[in-house]
Amino acid sequence: MDSESTSGRDGTAKAKADHGGASRRSFLKSTLALGGAGLAGTAGIRAAQAAGDPLITEIQDWNRYLGVGVDAAPYGMPSEFEKDVVRRSVPWLTADATSSVNFTPLHALDGIITPNGLCFERHHGGVAVIPPQDHRLMIHGLVDKPLVFTMEDLQRFPRENRVYFLECAANSGMEWRGAQLNGCQYTHGMVHCVMYTGTPLKHLLNEAGVKTAGKWLLAEGADASTMTRSIPMEKALEDCMVVWKMNGEALRPEQGYPVRLVVPGWEGNMWVKWLRRLEVGDAPWEQREETSKYTDLLADGKARKFTWAMEVKSVITNPSPQAPITHGRGRTVITGLAWSGNGTIKRVDVSIDGGRNWQTARLDGPSLSKAVHRFYHDFDWDGSELYLQSRAMDEQGFVQPTKNELRAARGTNSIYHNNGIQTWYLKADGALENVEVS
Amino acid sequence: MSKFLDRAFTVALVSAALALPAIAGDSTRMKGVESASVPSGEGAGEHFGLGREATQEEIAAWNIDVRPDGEGLPEGSGTVARGEEIFTEQCAVCHGDFGEGRDRWPQLAGGFDTLTRERPVKTVGSYWPYLSTVYDYVHRAMPFGNSQSLSNDDVYALAAYILYLNDIETDEDFELSKKNFTTITMPNAGEFVADNRAEEQHYKDDRDPCMKDCKSGPVEVTMHAQVLDVTPDAGGEEGPGGGNVD
Repeated sequence: MDSESTSGRDGTAKAKADHGGASRRSFLKSTLALGGAGLAGTAGIRAAQAAGDPLITEIQDWNRYLGVGVDAAPYGMPSEFEKDVVRRSVPWLTADATSSVNFTPLHALDGIITPNGLCFERHHGGVAVIPPQDHRLMIHGLVDKPLVFTMEDLQRFPRENRVYFLECAANSGMEWRGAQLNGCQYTHGMVHCVMYTGTPLKHLLNEAGVKTAGKWLLAEGADASTMTRSIPMEKALEDCMVVWKMNGEALRPEQGYPVRLVVPGWEGNMWVKWLRRLEVGDAPWEQREETSKYTDLLADGKARKFTWAMEVKSVITNPSPQAPITHGRGRTVITGLAWSGNGTIKRVDVSIDGGRNWQTARLDGPSLSKAVHRFYHDFDWDGSELYLQSRAMDEQGFVQPTKNELRAARGTNSIYHNNGIQTWYLKADGALENVEVS
Repeated sequence: MSKFLDRAFTVALVSAALALPAIAGDSTRMKGVESASVPSGEGAGEHFGLGREATQEEIAAWNIDVRPDGEGLPEGSGTVARGEEIFTEQCAVCHGDFGEGRDRWPQLAGGFDTLTRERPVKTVGSYWPYLSTVYDYVHRAMPFGNSQSLSNDDVYALAAYILYLNDIETDEDFELSKKNFTTITMPNAGEFVADNRAEEQHYKDDRDPCMKDCKSGPVEVTMHAQVLDVTPDAGGEEGPGGGNVD
């Protein structure tokens, strides 16, 4: 990819006085330039091969001169050539950047683990900055003995390591009415998957001694939104965790440093960051985040509440609108992610003809419950226009529905829990577009 | 159907109706007791002697949540008139003088009978089920950028004013207090249902998905993202309001 055509993709989209058609044209132009660059590159390599590729026949700088030493980067960053692999936001989605969201660059990643610095962020009052020695976690309510823990206390509980996906309830929410955002980073990037280290929540609850009447738990954050959610006690005891590490290192500030709640398989809103308080009660609290928000309006005007589990879902991450095919026809790798709040993914099917015919893709890498799964579908692209789709099935037998099936059941104003099948329109020049098909 | 979604939403119902076995309150009672609701494994039911007892003052400082049944409400009261003063000073800059919402900031009032329309307007009056949430949320998280700066009386007054803006209280002299708080019923209170996604047709079918010749006719594109042109990369600035993340 040449830097010219990618520089416009850094998410800092200049406000254009005259956008509309003009910007659409410029986008199409840059997309075509991308495809062109790929072809020119291939041709260039072929020409060079006749006389010998100078990248091989001539000694390169990196082969002659010394690189930097081991002290150059006490905490390393990705290669400078990967500078476009970054979180991006969509400013018009929210009124203010401190109660907003950004997106994981799924199109550029592989495997099942999301690098910490690329995990999407969702805050309701910005990123709280809390010195770990000043953080306290309180358990009270219907318990035998209300307790206060320091971070040091928490780290003396027995530890466990678990890989889980965290998906925002609103992931793909902008697509309920139709194809809107052009790239899986935007349509599906409110998800990440990391290994957490922490202690099962049941240990902390045991320590305080939950009374028989204690059926619900209120989890609260220490940030300026003082985020709160009600969680049924059965889930709290089943597999919730209180964690302080992700992918081996301390939680990132934007992910709740020094401590957050992990609620496997359930909507990201419940994974309270900067966790400071757990109250045990006999009824749900019906907080703002489970009444006004994170309730799903249906076509008849009723709304579902406590829609906790994230349903079976998948998306082809590459190729996709931000990751066009630049190598021309021939051998092609289609890859993507599948996940389900119900457990593991049993199977992923891929269609290249808009859902007329399907082939079962190859799952590769660990298959962990309530974690993302990586799938591949290898085939020869003949250069024709294709309509790429993926369809996941989970271990409970749930099959990912089409968007139209979801709309038939719910209408278009649910905002949350859109797990419908995504279609990418692959054009002859290798560019792709987010579309809906009949 | 024993699928997880089923289980997830029945937790609420089941746990409300049945007494779950003692979880860990009494460690001697728990020893050797196998229970479906207490996961087994290292340390289950064990005490580690970590943490220290919370004081009543500490609990009172953080425990500000209010439930629909009024549990958690502090002493205090406030009138519509007082609420209007505070709202004008501290809230109207974002939410508008009448709770109509400036720019993209949330609208707090109006929107009645819009929930079945193509573009529903979900406000405190048209959508929120409980007044307790108004008190709780304003107290814990508003004004945006200066949380927990309002007194208990201020919050009662603001809640009274928000009721007034929504025509739920029409008397300007109305005073909201701990005493009369739970007598207020919000218009949309009965319109929330339990999670029944597992009952939707596409899941209920429990079908083996079609693999070959699943649809006839050529693929037709019914909608393009590029036509909307709202992806940041494409230079679009304004959303069409097709959906949002709140």
